[in-house]
Amino acid sequence: MKLTLHVWRQKDAQTQGKMVDYTLDNVSEDMSFLEMMDVLNQQIIEGGDEPIAFDHDCREGICGMCSMVINGQPHGPQQGTTTCQLHMRSFKDGDSIYIEPFRAKGFPVVRDLMVDRSAFDRIIQSGGFVSVGTGAAPDGNAIPIRKEEADEAFNAATCIGCGACVASCKNASAMLFVSAKIAQLDRLPQGKVESKERVRSMVAQMDEEGFGNCTNTGACSAECPKGISLENIARMNRLYLQSSVSPT
Amino acid sequence: MSILQSNIPGGPLSDKWTQHKNSIRLVNPANKRNIDIIVIGSGLAGASASASLAELGYNVKCFFFQDSPRRAHSIAAQGGINAAKNYQNDGDSTYRLFYDTIKGGDYRSREANVYRLAEVSANIIDQCVAQGVPFAREYGGTLANRSFGGVQVSRTFYARGQTGQQLLLGAYSALSRQVAVGKVKMYNRHELLDIVKIDGKARGVVVRNNATGEISSHGGHAVLLCNGGYGNVFYLSTNAMGSNATASWRAHKRGAFFANPSFTQIHPTCIPVSGDYQSKLTLMSESLRNDGRIWVPLHKEDAEAVREGRLRPTDIPEDRRDYYLERRYPAFGNLVPRDVASRAAKERCDAGFGVNKTGQAVFLDFASAIERYGEEQANLKGISPSDREAVMQMGREVVSAKYGNLFQMYEQITADNPYETPMKIFPAVHYTMGGLWVDYNLMTTVPGLFALGEANFSDHGANRLGASALMQGLADGYFVIPYTIGEYLADDIRTGAISTDHDAFKAAEMEAKGHLSSLLSIQGKTTVDTFHRKLGKFIWDYCGMARNEKGLNYAISEVQALRDEFYNDVRVPGKLDELNPELEKASRVSDFLELGELMCNDALNRKESCGGHFREEYQTEEGEALRDDKDYAFVSAWEYSGDPKAPNHHKEELTFDNVELKTRSYK
Repeated sequence: MKLTLHVWRQKDAQTQGKMVDYTLDNVSEDMSFLEMMDVLNQQIIEGGDEPIAFDHDCREGICGMCSMVINGQPHGPQQGTTTCQLHMRSFKDGDSIYIEPFRAKGFPVVRDLMVDRSAFDRIIQSGGFVSVGTGAAPDGNAIPIRKEEADEAFNAATCIGCGACVASCKNASAMLFVSAKIAQLDRLPQGKVESKERVRSMVAQMDEEGFGNCTNTGACSAECPKGISLENIARMNRLYLQSSVSPT
Repeated sequence: MSILQSNIPGGPLSDKWTQHKNSIRLVNPANKRNIDIIVIGSGLAGASASASLAELGYNVKCFFFQDSPRRAHSIAAQGGINAAKNYQNDGDSTYRLFYDTIKGGDYRSREANVYRLAEVSANIIDQCVAQGVPFAREYGGTLANRSFGGVQVSRTFYARGQTGQQLLLGAYSALSRQVAVGKVKMYNRHELLDIVKIDGKARGVVVRNNATGEISSHGGHAVLLCNGGYGNVFYLSTNAMGSNATASWRAHKRGAFFANPSFTQIHPTCIPVSGDYQSKLTLMSESLRNDGRIWVPLHKEDAEAVREGRLRPTDIPEDRRDYYLERRYPAFGNLVPRDVASRAAKERCDAGFGVNKTGQAVFLDFASAIERYGEEQANLKGISPSDREAVMQMGREVVSAKYGNLFQMYEQITADNPYETPMKIFPAVHYTMGGLWVDYNLMTTVPGLFALGEANFSDHGANRLGASALMQGLADGYFVIPYTIGEYLADDIRTGAISTDHDAFKAAEMEAKGHLSSLLSIQGKTTVDTFHRKLGKFIWDYCGMARNEKGLNYAISEVQALRDEFYNDVRVPGKLDELNPELEKASRVSDFLELGELMCNDALNRKESCGGHFREEYQTEEGEALRDDKDYAFVSAWEYSGDPKAPNHHKEELTFDNVELKTRSYK
């Protein structure tokens, strides 16, 4: 198939960016979206220009490194799918595709479609862990955990930290990301011990990074490639309130 | 005597590690605060080592090329992690895990290292549970297990099909905690360019900030390479796009010996190649072989009809199918080790029974598992087994709970629904058992330079068993290096900070800049990827699942020619001092082009078949690998001579005092 691609090009965070148009022929429907971008980049390099910079690594939908807003949707049109797992059979011959970076105050553009998501690391550093040192662990079976709780904790833990929740939110809120970690650890006895301190410090860091607040639109969960549930946000808000009223 | 000192402690096998820990030198807490450790990579090995060393009080700097440490490729490991917990009461023990790993590695690994790995495996599970890793659990609240290839007990712990993700996020959380207290400093989007040696010891690194192009030096008392494997030499592999061998290779050029480079693992269950644009291959977890049955049509005419789309696999009756693993290996069936399963698939496809357009695929079929689980559920729920639709539906639900994310991934990539029609799979490069040579303390032949996880060679011999990579990465990082590094650092308590003003840093920086500038200045016509694809094809064709002398010699001359062409005709756009992804790739490929040749040399030198290394000249009449323990029970360790065409060969003889060397049989 033949495609017209409108791609955001921006040299760095300080320089103004713009959409640039490209035409790409002979695109196979079995290609992944990023393989299509590879082919485009080969064409650009052979034409003597600089290729489009975009983040990607595992290409199996788990590392969370790929991003891109495709036709207005983070990770493109297919639900529950990262950009790297999106395949060209989701498009048809003659389509125009608009490709932009994740846009949010907390995610400054590095170049073209690459953004800086290190704010997420700093949020985890503010409390997204259990304070246990290496070697200090009891036997793995010492604390039985209800299967349902373990499964729910797992569901929250499947967040890949890609930031699609932020990119899809009109407030650029990171609450789905933050709440997923808080809920995962709060559901497990190991993590519950520090829940109150954790929720306060992670929310404070989230605010400091410039992410907005939640107004219950639900775009984050709808666009999340891993289907992280909004219930996590409810749980986080509940914990935050409890922790504010009774801090210890 | 060999110049390779493995430093394996004396005493009986089961006491070696304990006694070693008791006699190893310690660094007191006040002195640890004055010692700086550099860690390259933030995967399971790098993150767990960084966190554990920081907890002890050392100052850690951790460098990685991804934008966040949580994205290291350990994250993509699917199936599970082994541990000799014997929670299933099925006779597992430290010895059995040790024995399975030694045998699975086809008797080409060190007994003492493997025993230690088995010994600490149980601690890893405890540590991860304490961090909040949500492992799968039984209804009673205890941890669940499943089986993996090459063993007859159930010792694999898992978190659905995303075990690597959950373990890495656990290590990442421990790391983040140390970043918060200032004991670890993180350098994202940074790539190692060189190891700096002063007075023969590793004393720092030269790195490039890929986001800005800035090149800088960092001093430290020890350097830990946790940069993973080199599977991307093949271009197409299950590795991440950025996975590379540069840190290992540059260390090799500075004196670290490279061990068994030809020992690469070709994983039997990956999604087949679909076209020339293919950028990577996707693994379908080995855990699928617990329930999936592998087959090809029994008759060539059926295979041909399937290839041409005239016949659906589901329409082929049982008596016209060849479940070749169950036929050839009745004792282990579909759960034979990876090397055996991969070769068997290749054998059937080479014989003309392949089932996709290219003839390079076999079926992995879940129909009988769906039926079996459905009937179990029907019995549990009191539903009549004659209601086939209800039975199959319940069976699909059980299979979905076990492998749902893998099935979904398969469907996204291929547009086929594996609940309805068998998956098509084919072997692909997945893991590299070879790596930097290390002693029992995980130190390379360069003092102060250590290698952990997939980056070293020590534990998996010529073939790695499933669910053992995660185990090894975390064992090295959490439970081995925190002890063994003390032995080396105890001499450094009075050294003081390592200044980067030393001439050695300046020289290494100049050299690194010079290399990158030379790549930029070629301004040829061919893109980096084109060279990388060509290299990968040579290595896959001649140093892949089957090797022979003629092919290896041919590949060596072709790789040498390709390297010359690369330095004459590569086109790298952009500049040195800015973000430049093509320059990053070119730098990595320049190393792969040398490492690829060493892999072929190593394969050529080893005139036997063992594990993943199958020399066609050395096989039994039934086509099984023919090992030569008399002449080849050694580790090949290659020394860089200054010329990639003429490496120096060293041997570490392997001694087996606790296991009897047998022909590996899974029949």
